[in-house]
Amino acid sequence: MSSAIRIKNGKVYDPLNGIDGEIKDICVKDGKIVDSVPDDSPCIDAHGMVVLPGGVDIHCHIAGHKVNMARKFQPESKRHDVSPRVNELRSGTGGSVPSTFTTGYRYATLGYTTAMEAAVPPLGARHTIEELHDTPVIDKGFYILLANNVCLNQLLEKGRMAEFKEAVAWWLNAAKGYGVKLVNPGGDEPWKGNRNSNVHNLDEQIRGFDLTPRKIIKALIDTTNDLGLPHPAHIHCNNLGHSGNYTTTIETMKTAEGRRVHITHIQFHSYGGEVGKNPTSKAKEISDFINNNPNVSADVGQVMFGDATIMTGDAPLTWQLRNMTNKKWINADTECESGCGILPFSYQEHIYTHALQWAIGLELFLMAKDPWRMVLSTDHPNGGSFMNYPKLIRLLMDKQFRKEQAALANQKAINSTSLLDLEREMSMYEIAIISRAAPAKLLGLDNKGHLGVGGDADITLYDDQEDKEAMFNAARYVIKSGRFFIKDYEFCSDYQGRILHVEPEYDRAITQKIKPFFEDYYTIQFENYPVDDSYVHDGEVVPTKSLS
Amino acid sequence: MSGSSKVIENAICTFCGCVCDDIELTVDSGGKHITQAKNACVLGKSWFLEHKVEDFPVALIDGKEASLEEAVYAAAEVLANAKFPTIYGLSDTTCEAQKQAVAIADYLNGNIDTTTSVCHGPTGMAFQGVGESTASLGEIKNRADFVMYWGGNPAEAHPRHFERYAVNPKSPWMPNGKEDRTIAMVDIRPTQSSLIADIFLQIKPGSDFELLWAMRALVKGRALDRTVEERTGISLDRLEALVQQMKDCQFGVLFFGMGLTMTRGRHFNVGALLQLVTDLNDFTHFVSMPTRGHGNVTGADNVVAWQTGYNFGVNFNRGYPRFNPGEFTTADVLGRGEADALCVIASDPGSNFSAKAIEHIKLIPVITLDPKPTVTSQHAKVAFTTATYGINVPGTVYRMDNVPLSLRPAFDSPFPSDEVVLRAIKERICELRGITPNHKPAAA
Repeated sequence: MSSAIRIKNGKVYDPLNGIDGEIKDICVKDGKIVDSVPDDSPCIDAHGMVVLPGGVDIHCHIAGHKVNMARKFQPESKRHDVSPRVNELRSGTGGSVPSTFTTGYRYATLGYTTAMEAAVPPLGARHTIEELHDTPVIDKGFYILLANNVCLNQLLEKGRMAEFKEAVAWWLNAAKGYGVKLVNPGGDEPWKGNRNSNVHNLDEQIRGFDLTPRKIIKALIDTTNDLGLPHPAHIHCNNLGHSGNYTTTIETMKTAEGRRVHITHIQFHSYGGEVGKNPTSKAKEISDFINNNPNVSADVGQVMFGDATIMTGDAPLTWQLRNMTNKKWINADTECESGCGILPFSYQEHIYTHALQWAIGLELFLMAKDPWRMVLSTDHPNGGSFMNYPKLIRLLMDKQFRKEQAALANQKAINSTSLLDLEREMSMYEIAIISRAAPAKLLGLDNKGHLGVGGDADITLYDDQEDKEAMFNAARYVIKSGRFFIKDYEFCSDYQGRILHVEPEYDRAITQKIKPFFEDYYTIQFENYPVDDSYVHDGEVVPTKSLS
Repeated sequence: MSGSSKVIENAICTFCGCVCDDIELTVDSGGKHITQAKNACVLGKSWFLEHKVEDFPVALIDGKEASLEEAVYAAAEVLANAKFPTIYGLSDTTCEAQKQAVAIADYLNGNIDTTTSVCHGPTGMAFQGVGESTASLGEIKNRADFVMYWGGNPAEAHPRHFERYAVNPKSPWMPNGKEDRTIAMVDIRPTQSSLIADIFLQIKPGSDFELLWAMRALVKGRALDRTVEERTGISLDRLEALVQQMKDCQFGVLFFGMGLTMTRGRHFNVGALLQLVTDLNDFTHFVSMPTRGHGNVTGADNVVAWQTGYNFGVNFNRGYPRFNPGEFTTADVLGRGEADALCVIASDPGSNFSAKAIEHIKLIPVITLDPKPTVTSQHAKVAFTTATYGINVPGTVYRMDNVPLSLRPAFDSPFPSDEVVLRAIKERICELRGITPNHKPAAA
């Protein structure tokens, strides 16, 4: 089978290599981008097409126990949204939480070739990997939840920082994780152990520990940096969704003290106002802080009107939303590691808060001076499905469309923000940054998000259309690792994709400290806990970086 | 004793949904027999110690010995030629095998269903209606100070459930084990389990829904009249005291069994229970869990759900998954005489389905995969002998609380695994149906 391809006459956007709409050949051989291929190699004439690196989703919820519960939970969202089998390509169902095969195929149809599952309790890592194997085409990895880990918190409260660092590294290895995720640091203990309560302040003592959320945040920011992980601590801040929470968000970012940190779905953390009252936009304050602090990156977590599923490690938040909506609700605690809440949700234009959230997300995109540090996400499926990305891209690129859409939403909310004053229209180059180059760079994936020689040949070609939503909705060609997945709008062959994970070094002696903890607190044997290598037979270890 | 006997530590027992992973197996020097299963319960011991590799043929076609390849071809032929092929069972095999089974159903545009439809199917339906507050078993071990079992008898069905997870274990939050907990049982008769309970409610058969609904009313502070006793057998005073105790606990758990799911009311019963638990979360932390039976029935639910979106009773006739219990559940598909071929993996519907369904099984070609002959395999057109998961076969299984574990098999079997056989059948079906990987050259 020939593995060389030349793509010629296409308009290429490759921000990591500074290429902005140049007509340029891209050559592919053996799954990689190369300098040139023989003249008689198969060729795509991409005249009239835009050539981009495959999309990279830095934050989504696509695999594992909570995702699967959300699938089983919502047959009502699937019956009307089916995806039939196409030859060998497996069938499935959609809704805001699609089945695994459908998830992979739909991402690829949009031109996305890498996605990161954002919240996995390590005890459920095997389950997540099993699902990721069945999520085709895309390369994928996952972040492990460590901010409510009882064992780590016990080390931390005793100030045993060296062991803390070794234990974090052990946990990443044991779970085959890609990064470290913090969700509502310190909030699990009051939730599980104190009648569904929560922590509300970074400097509040966490019940049962001589510890505050700030200490956990600081320790995990430092440790992820010290371990040289390709992606820094990935933080879902405390007080998500609460009016007035932007101060917590800024305090969390300050805790990094100049070290690398990523704040996720920051839209949900950019609210002013008083607790219990309507929120207001603090997008400007958040943007100003990030614009002035180059160590901080964020993804937006844009809200899109329509159906969504709240799905998070932040159980107290979900319970609060459940009490507002009175809808069916899931809570799922994982021993010593995590909480979890799931709730069907719908964002509606006429509701003040939903319209405000929608506007704040767009403000954050448009106020960011550095698109490399404010990247695209909907926190799928929390703010809406990833299937909304094309529409979101149009909202960012087309100010007329944005104004028309804003006119349909709650005017009190829209007018309380600066959205209508923002005239900025993102260029194709900037879209290539926020959906490709920047997430790859923030993830430390050197071979992704660009079309330079040596990069993974994950490439998407779109027809260059005026309507950017239509354009990004259906890639004309998708090449994954040098193979066609979509050719001239049609599915070609299936492709499994790889599991991306890290293997930071650690001192083996740490297991002797962790094992007794397992005997006291867990219900599975310590020896049965680590995920063995057979689960990542098709994996790729992304190297940790030496520290500068 | 030969020095070459082998010990497998931290082996995993797949007899029941407890999936205990602390078993120490000793395999005799011949490598064909387990002589000791330390830490296993009475059921686990019989699972391991009575396992023998028997001298069956690897496959039978129409009762006659056949090679594996011949049998794979025959099975694929039967399935590929059927209009409404149905796949059933799957709760006693690995997730790796379950994945192959769902793929076969997809490629056949057939029907797939698991034993969930005859045990906790109603739980799945109730879950779709009202959700669930739940926890992994370790959180219950660590924190639960109020433990209730409803419609189940774990002492005999899940013998280590008390010891490992919910009643006896000590934890840093429960330093005195059982003394720190209140144990309540609800059943229609005293059982071995109710003997250990601090509170035992012997309720009138068939009154579960009424009792659960009455408890919901009390949790919400609504007035109830005394006729509740006449309906359920439990006095209002007792019920009020119980509900108060549930609201006052720090971390409560309600386990439930097939006494709730397979009696009058079914998914209404479970819905009432799950909603009761949700209501209690207004006052304290409360969780629930079905005490699942088979070793990997939870895995079957998970695999079918992540591949199709639905966890049992799935039909691909239209080329995509549809879900409808009562329509696409195997007992119904057979009882109505719709299926024209049946593939059974690790289950025995021929011995426990309705007479009508069994009559239909006898009329259609049946394929079975099982380590032992079963009533169903007696009727099979093609019967495979497969290796036993957990004892001979590695792979992934899920505990009743959805915690995944990797099996540590004790010794090899001369028989292929379910996964190997199903994968071969799948590949042959794809050939017969013209479903081929479409690796066209990379030309534009």
